Amino acid sequence: MELIWQGIVKAVELVFGLDAEIWEITWLSLKISGSATLISLLLGVPLGIALALIRFRGRNTTVALINTGMGLPPVVVGLFVSIFLWRSGPLGFMELIYSPTAMVIAQVIIAFPIVAGLSLASFQALDPKLALQLLGIGASKPQLLWLLCKEARLPLLAAVMAGFGGVISEVGASMMVGGNIRGQTRVLTTATVLETGKGNFDIAIALGLILLALTFAINFFLTRIQQREHLQWPKLS
Amino acid sequence: MRRCASFFFLQVLLLGLMVVEKATAAESNKNVILSTTTSTQDSGLLDVLIPLFEQQTGYSVKTISVGTGQALAMAAKGDADVALVHAPSLEKQYVADGKLLNRRLVMYNDFVIIGPKEDPAKIKSAKTALAALKLIEQSKSSFVSRGDNSGTHNLEKSLWKEAGITPKGDWYIEAGQGMGATLGIANERNAYTITDRGTLLALSKRVNLPILIEGDKALLNIYSVMEVNPANGPRINATGGKAFADFMVAPQTQNVIKSFGAEKFGQSLFVPVAGKKEEELGV
Amino acid sequence: MAEALLTLRDIAVHHGEHVALQRASLEVYTGDLLALIGPNGAGKSTLLRVMGMLQRPDHGNVLFRGQNALNGNPLELRRRVATVFQEPLLLNATVYQNAALGLRLRGTSQVEIERRLGPWLQRLGIAHLIARSARTLSGGEAQRTSLARALVLEPEILLLDEPFSALDPAAREDLLRDFQGILRETSITTVFVTHDRDEAFALANRIGVLDQGYLLQIDSRENVFYRPETESVAEIVGIENRLTGVVETSDGDDVTIRIGDRRVHAKGRFSAGAKVVACIRPEEVSLNRAHCEANGLNRLKGQVVALSSGMTHHRIIFNCGEFDLIALVDRKGYINREPSYGDELTAVFNATAVHVIDKKDCRGGLAVGAILL
Repeated sequence: MELIWQGIVKAVELVFGLDAEIWEITWLSLKISGSATLISLLLGVPLGIALALIRFRGRNTTVALINTGMGLPPVVVGLFVSIFLWRSGPLGFMELIYSPTAMVIAQVIIAFPIVAGLSLASFQALDPKLALQLLGIGASKPQLLWLLCKEARLPLLAAVMAGFGGVISEVGASMMVGGNIRGQTRVLTTATVLETGKGNFDIAIALGLILLALTFAINFFLTRIQQREHLQWPKLS
Repeated sequence: MRRCASFFFLQVLLLGLMVVEKATAAESNKNVILSTTTSTQDSGLLDVLIPLFEQQTGYSVKTISVGTGQALAMAAKGDADVALVHAPSLEKQYVADGKLLNRRLVMYNDFVIIGPKEDPAKIKSAKTALAALKLIEQSKSSFVSRGDNSGTHNLEKSLWKEAGITPKGDWYIEAGQGMGATLGIANERNAYTITDRGTLLALSKRVNLPILIEGDKALLNIYSVMEVNPANGPRINATGGKAFADFMVAPQTQNVIKSFGAEKFGQSLFVPVAGKKEEELGV
Repeated sequence: MAEALLTLRDIAVHHGEHVALQRASLEVYTGDLLALIGPNGAGKSTLLRVMGMLQRPDHGNVLFRGQNALNGNPLELRRRVATVFQEPLLLNATVYQNAALGLRLRGTSQVEIERRLGPWLQRLGIAHLIARSARTLSGGEAQRTSLARALVLEPEILLLDEPFSALDPAAREDLLRDFQGILRETSITTVFVTHDRDEAFALANRIGVLDQGYLLQIDSRENVFYRPETESVAEIVGIENRLTGVVETSDGDDVTIRIGDRRVHAKGRFSAGAKVVACIRPEEVSLNRAHCEANGLNRLKGQVVALSSGMTHHRIIFNCGEFDLIALVDRKGYINREPSYGDELTAVFNATAVHVIDKKDCRGGLAVGAILL
């Protein structure tokens, strides 16, 4: 217990003492996971809509693949991405290994199935005739997409939060493809592993707390948008 | 439906272009990949030396700290430009195979055997590490091993081998983790273990096991730097790797190594030995 | 003859193996009120979707005012018609926002929207609900909102897919009445799908009959309901008596048909020996206790074998030897002496009430729908 208290004290010290390295690590975490979530959003939501509305051969296989993808162990993703990005690998010429870009790539692979799968579910929750009716009063295809996204905004925001949560907290892939290099690819999660390995438990706990606080703040913000209107539980007298 | 599919593929294409653009924009020969071990990283020495090197030469170093086995394998595959490890027997193999070139000694620190204050196996009476291990095995006292094929683990294994013992049983605990975590386990279980002095000093607040054996030549932990053979793979930065290796044995650097830790722990963690031969150290 | 507003030629739609629409052709003229009727799965909704340019047919042409609707800019043409479905399908917003959606999608200014929407909300009786969330509306209010959303667009064709069937009887009656009033005032060309024959008869001036993907007959209301071309159509429009027989004698316009061991007099031009189906609406059959003689009337003696009483009518199944006749008789005429099981009565109906169809026209309808006059 004393350990956790020490951790809290250390966290306050580091954050408010404007420890440059901590801020750098935190900012990098945000940038990498933020970009990965954004890209997953741009790829995953349209795919979710497409799967929900269009019947094509291989649709069921695609959905099964996405659902499997939701449970991919991050460290396995990291391993496979590394194999591709190592100098000895097929994409070695891109010299991406041990860079933030490599981490974004790995995190997109982790977050994309989550966002796509949950988007699919959120669009399937809409009345299947709704799309047809909106076309029936003159919506163009882009307008239709926009309206459906607005109608499904509650579960869609949940999908984004799930995607973000999945990558801001992962360490396996970030470690493998990023290398935890100081000043370049060290993020909150990999730094926590490092400090724990060194035995600096107070710093490790501090980093963990900062990560939790960060994730909570972002989710709080998104939840407020999501929950603007909610079901009223009827008042029983 | 076709338009949806093409929109999707356009996205992927854009992402791909972004990636390629970023990649080719990077200056390839400014990056040096150094493969080293977790304990080297954990000691904090590299946090001092790397910035120094980068300042002096303008290179940007990517330090990848993993297990000794992985560090050497990476170098052999050509995924690193230079290696800094402390596993002489393994290193010599890689040099013999031609995978690693120009092996030069850099520094050493030493290992010590720590254990419970009460010293149930009475290893304090033994003067050598070998004798101590024999006593530990005889008494079946709890012993925590790194168990991760690291340099430390290899040293431990070679000692057991020399003593003619295959350690097995409930008393022999294989942690499978880094030095810090292993010390944590030893501390919890009140067990014996072999550790490098550097990590022990860094964690002295948390580890309550006193040093029972030290100074034995068999416990010397020798660090060498080796350059990766450019033939190992594509895009190896041989110039950069050599620059780093040269840096590690340069007199100025050696001085920095000599004084590292003196302020914090009251004693240096490493002894610089560039230019010397292993036989001179009595190993 | 005026130019058709919408022309469909040889439209076929497949859902995988299943054929939803088989080579249907029809034309819609300005001012038409066309009802599409038929059993479930007949292809009515599919046809409506093709007409609303919401579904591409796998074969065939769609022409809107002579312009090919299948290539070119489908959006521009699609926006000239409006479709309303059985469920209101409103968005999670206020009534006003929902009703204004169609106009907003077309980029209409707020001022213009307010100006146009107001009167429609009044006409549909939902002006007092504009600020309410769509989630809190009753079924009738929601459907009225959906209609307002479509009507305010002043579409050249209004397409409705069973718009009243999801409502409870009271709401349905109300809305039907209001809607009829709107149609009278505005003369919007309307095509609607319904499985309710009475609704179709009440609203429409033309009827299209579909079954199993075939458009069996498309004609004026009277022709379809009283002079169906095939037995399938007769069944769909509610002519429950379809008696197969052989033409015995034919004299100009008059024919005598032998059905079982009875003779039925009817009107039509058929050759002797032809196999035909005599179609008689149950409403046209009256049941008498006395057996009187008169020309032109068909009299068939028989026995009541089943009787079910509704609020205003008795539905009686009447056995005439080798076949049964179904009669729908007004209860008013029988207050004192209600028919009952086993009663021996005489069924009476006019020759003109018998619509005769050639039996060879009755094979599951490969009718390419007739173009109406």
